[in-house]
Amino acid sequence: MITTAVQEREHYLNESYGIKSWLLTKDHKRIALLYLFTVTLFFFLGGAFATMIRIELLTPRGNFVSNDTYNKLFTMHGVAMIFFFLIPSIPATLGNFFLPMMIGARDLAFPRINLLSWYLLVIGGLFALFAMLAGGVDTGWTFYTPYSTTYSNSWVIATALGIFVAGFSSILTGLNFIVTVHRMRAPGMTWSRLPLFVWSNYATALIQVLGTPVLAVTIILLFCERVFHIGIFDPALGGDPVLFQHLFWFYSHPAVYIMVLPAMGVISELVSVFSRKRVFGYHFVAYASMAIAVLGFLVWGHHLFVATQSVYAGLVFSFLSYFVAVPSAIKVFNWTATLYKGSISFATPMLYAFGFIGLFTIGGLTGLFLAALGFDVHVTDTYFVVAHFHYIMVGGTIMAYMGGLHYWWPKITGRMYPEGWAKLSALVVFLGFNLTFFPQFILGYMGMPRRYHVYPDEFQVLHVLSTAGASVLAVGYLMPMIYFVWSLKYGAIAPANPWGASGLEWKTQSPPPLHNFDETPVVTEEAYDYSTVIGEEVQIG
Amino acid sequence: MGSNLPLFPEAASTIAPDVDHLAVFLLAVAAFFTVLIFVTIFYFAIRYRRRSERELPLDTHGGMTLEILWSVIPFGITMVMFSWGASLYFRESRPPDNALPVYVVGKQWMWKIEHIQGQREINELHIPINRPIRLTMTSEDVIHSFFVPAFRTKSDVVPGKYSTEWFTATKPGKYHLFCAEYCGNRHSGMIGWVYAMEPQDYEKWLNSNPPPSTMAESGSKLFNGMGCPACHKPDGTGRCPSLVGLYGSTVHLADGRSIVADADYIRESIVLPQAKIVAGYGSLMPTYKGQVTEEDLVQLVEYIKWLGDKSEGNKPFPGTQGEPLAIPDLRGK
Amino acid sequence: MASEMQLPAHEESLALREQFDTAAQQKDASTLGMWIFLITEIMFFGGLFLAYTVYRSMYPGVFAVASTSINVYWGAANTVVLLTSSLTMVLAVRAAQLGQKRLIVLFLILTLILGGVFLGVKAKEWYDKYEEHHIPGPAFHLEGLNPDNVVSQGHAQLFFSLYFAMTGLHAFHMVIGAGLLLYLIFEARKGRYTAEYNTPVDLIGLYWHFVDIIWIFLFPLLYLIDRHLGK
Repeated sequence: MITTAVQEREHYLNESYGIKSWLLTKDHKRIALLYLFTVTLFFFLGGAFATMIRIELLTPRGNFVSNDTYNKLFTMHGVAMIFFFLIPSIPATLGNFFLPMMIGARDLAFPRINLLSWYLLVIGGLFALFAMLAGGVDTGWTFYTPYSTTYSNSWVIATALGIFVAGFSSILTGLNFIVTVHRMRAPGMTWSRLPLFVWSNYATALIQVLGTPVLAVTIILLFCERVFHIGIFDPALGGDPVLFQHLFWFYSHPAVYIMVLPAMGVISELVSVFSRKRVFGYHFVAYASMAIAVLGFLVWGHHLFVATQSVYAGLVFSFLSYFVAVPSAIKVFNWTATLYKGSISFATPMLYAFGFIGLFTIGGLTGLFLAALGFDVHVTDTYFVVAHFHYIMVGGTIMAYMGGLHYWWPKITGRMYPEGWAKLSALVVFLGFNLTFFPQFILGYMGMPRRYHVYPDEFQVLHVLSTAGASVLAVGYLMPMIYFVWSLKYGAIAPANPWGASGLEWKTQSPPPLHNFDETPVVTEEAYDYSTVIGEEVQIG
Repeated sequence: MGSNLPLFPEAASTIAPDVDHLAVFLLAVAAFFTVLIFVTIFYFAIRYRRRSERELPLDTHGGMTLEILWSVIPFGITMVMFSWGASLYFRESRPPDNALPVYVVGKQWMWKIEHIQGQREINELHIPINRPIRLTMTSEDVIHSFFVPAFRTKSDVVPGKYSTEWFTATKPGKYHLFCAEYCGNRHSGMIGWVYAMEPQDYEKWLNSNPPPSTMAESGSKLFNGMGCPACHKPDGTGRCPSLVGLYGSTVHLADGRSIVADADYIRESIVLPQAKIVAGYGSLMPTYKGQVTEEDLVQLVEYIKWLGDKSEGNKPFPGTQGEPLAIPDLRGK
Repeated sequence: MASEMQLPAHEESLALREQFDTAAQQKDASTLGMWIFLITEIMFFGGLFLAYTVYRSMYPGVFAVASTSINVYWGAANTVVLLTSSLTMVLAVRAAQLGQKRLIVLFLILTLILGGVFLGVKAKEWYDKYEEHHIPGPAFHLEGLNPDNVVSQGHAQLFFSLYFAMTGLHAFHMVIGAGLLLYLIFEARKGRYTAEYNTPVDLIGLYWHFVDIIWIFLFPLLYLIDRHLGK
């Protein structure tokens, strides 16, 4: 659809031009786009590593890459995807762009710290990229000692430094969000009127602020051990390798909630808009986010059930892990109930929301499997775990991210994406994803260990299915890359509120003006009040 | 290879069918909720699909009752999962008293296995069926993990300490052994086979290549060769405690603690003697770290275990040369 | 770039940033931000404190001897110095609240000097460790260990590794604090801080107190506990 309408109105994208106006911006919307660019680069880098992994796993023997290269591939896939894509993704792109708008603010509380956060991610990313190009790192993204401190001959320090710096990016974003939600809400925007996306990002910010410093210290200790051999994690020097695992997972378990809570926030928005109803059990969903954030800090030991942790510790962590499942279940039930007697649209964002709910349900339920001690003993360190976390992070978070990108694309860019192609991509992603990862549950229970370069012949069929799925999934991710970029020039011009959504961000133009609102809004409605909203048709000029 | 359930590996240990039953229960619950959610969403999406752009549904109100119901019921189900999983885990953490000990030393990238009668294996483990086997394991370098899918058991193998894994094989056969903790370059090559055999076949295997000495004998040679009897006199008159009857007994330490003298304690006392000083004795023992390998250490542990039964005096080492090797009884040990 | 609003002359130093509606909101937000930052710092130091606690409980004897070898008098002196610097910092904040420019500058300079004294003493203590061969590495040797062998020397090195890591991280934070104080002094001399606007003094004061509190925990943990065991 080609439009000849010229944007004459001034908004955040055209109010200034030039590279300095981007690299020195304090506008949260531009910073969100800087992040979008960066995380997308790392997504495709991590995806390239994944492609090579899946190609290698087509055959039981290692004939595509060497042992060493394979070990580096899965390590760097994990590092790139977790620290440089998933953790920043939704909060730093969609959160940065929309959190201030949703609460009626002109910007975050600390715009310059926001820009600093982006630079820290880029600097950390450059360290990690250097490590990847200089030869790679082969410890697994979990860096278990003493392999990572004493035995690995790869770029451990450079990678760890990159993660260290990126961690501060995460901490500062969290700090910024917390202060913003507390102090920058427009008049009338009470906590009970906040969109659930704000609640989710707030809960996420709490985790970022409290958990990430522990990762930072763990990395410092890893560094000291590797460089100075201080003897903290290496038994040959009097240290305890399992101590590293406790310290590492104390952050890395809450980190998975950093990755999933914002996604849940997006889903709350999508389910509401595309049912044209307030989210069922609004308060329960809001408090469930907070409960997940708190409980998420109490379960790290479920990664150590076979790691020689005491039996009693195992019991405690298993028990608490079941607790943290309940708030997630509450959310799934409430989203489903929102559909009841709603007005359901099948626009692309809603398709992604459906995909999320289904796949997160499966992923979350398999988490219950893993929390069962006797079951975990068999499947831990196998492909069952790999399937579980990919269901949540890819089937969950990435689907929500795609849904959010599509939903807010008109607001961010002032253009509509092509709906037909978008629906097709969503379907391709859903099918490709399931074909890639469902066989891995079976592989895992059958005993296929993770991080294996070569494997016994009897596992080949399932691996071939998985690789086939991965190629379909790759297509599903490439398509939006293409049509989103296409839409910037040729997409239909988007009105202020193409979806008939509630929420302050839809009450301003698409794209928004520099200061978001011409006047500070005064809020008088509850969240998700559609009675005053009338959906507009998309104008095609 | 035949399986009991489709897509499940062979269930070849006493606990394997129980783990599989738990798996089926978990699957059933998961399938139920998955289908429930999928079908409900599918139904709602179609039944309540948007028919006109201007339609505005009425809000449905959340109820406390519903929220409580769908919190409490799933929580109850998870508690069943927890208890079931926990009971299996307890069983897996308590090897029976008559378990046959086998020692495993993992290193990049192979499994070194030693039977108490002295047989050594690399990447293979021969065991009799219907007899609990207790693995005492350590690593020479990085963390590994001893995983036998057919037995549904796994334990990390950590440098600097002993970890334990036990199972009772129920079906003769050849089962995969995998290293399940990433350990570097040839992690996926650190694999092997567990051979579970009928008792008579196992005894044939034991006798087919009798080793020159049992573990306890080898341990005894090490003990004497390094001058240990000079201080650890068996009659207790030496500068250091007698080791007769030590294994499995309760030791009172100088700092007031009391601990059971298990394999970990023995190992630590050799490489890090000052960690736990026995009450009434000084900190005299030098460290033997660097002078003994992990394989030496497990042989010493077996020797000290053999010293454990005070009443038997000059009894022969189990499976001493000349007698046909049999599966040790070990009841009451 | 920052478009500072043009305000009436007497509020010229207000510097209300454009994302805020009122000065009170800005001050509230900045203060909350600093408190959250300090909480992240607690989590950060907490990891090191945890590692120290774990290893101290595993090797009490060795850690006690190692602890005795660091000079408790210098440590105590430094504690007094740092506590006094928190006093002068608080007085600077008070002066800022009253708009007393000369006193702000005076107390900030005193705080900076005391911070410098602390760092100087710390440098001396580290130098002493260097002289006594207590720096972890090939030349390390701690006297008085019983038994004295390579394993217990290894554990003693662990104490000193943690000692240098913790005091080093603390000193690093103090150096940053000193830099912030210098900035405050320059701005205060220009008359930037008044009764209406003194938030930076307040916030950097909070930071300074936090660094002080970390030391209050470090001193007993590293210097004082179980000294009797080590004698």
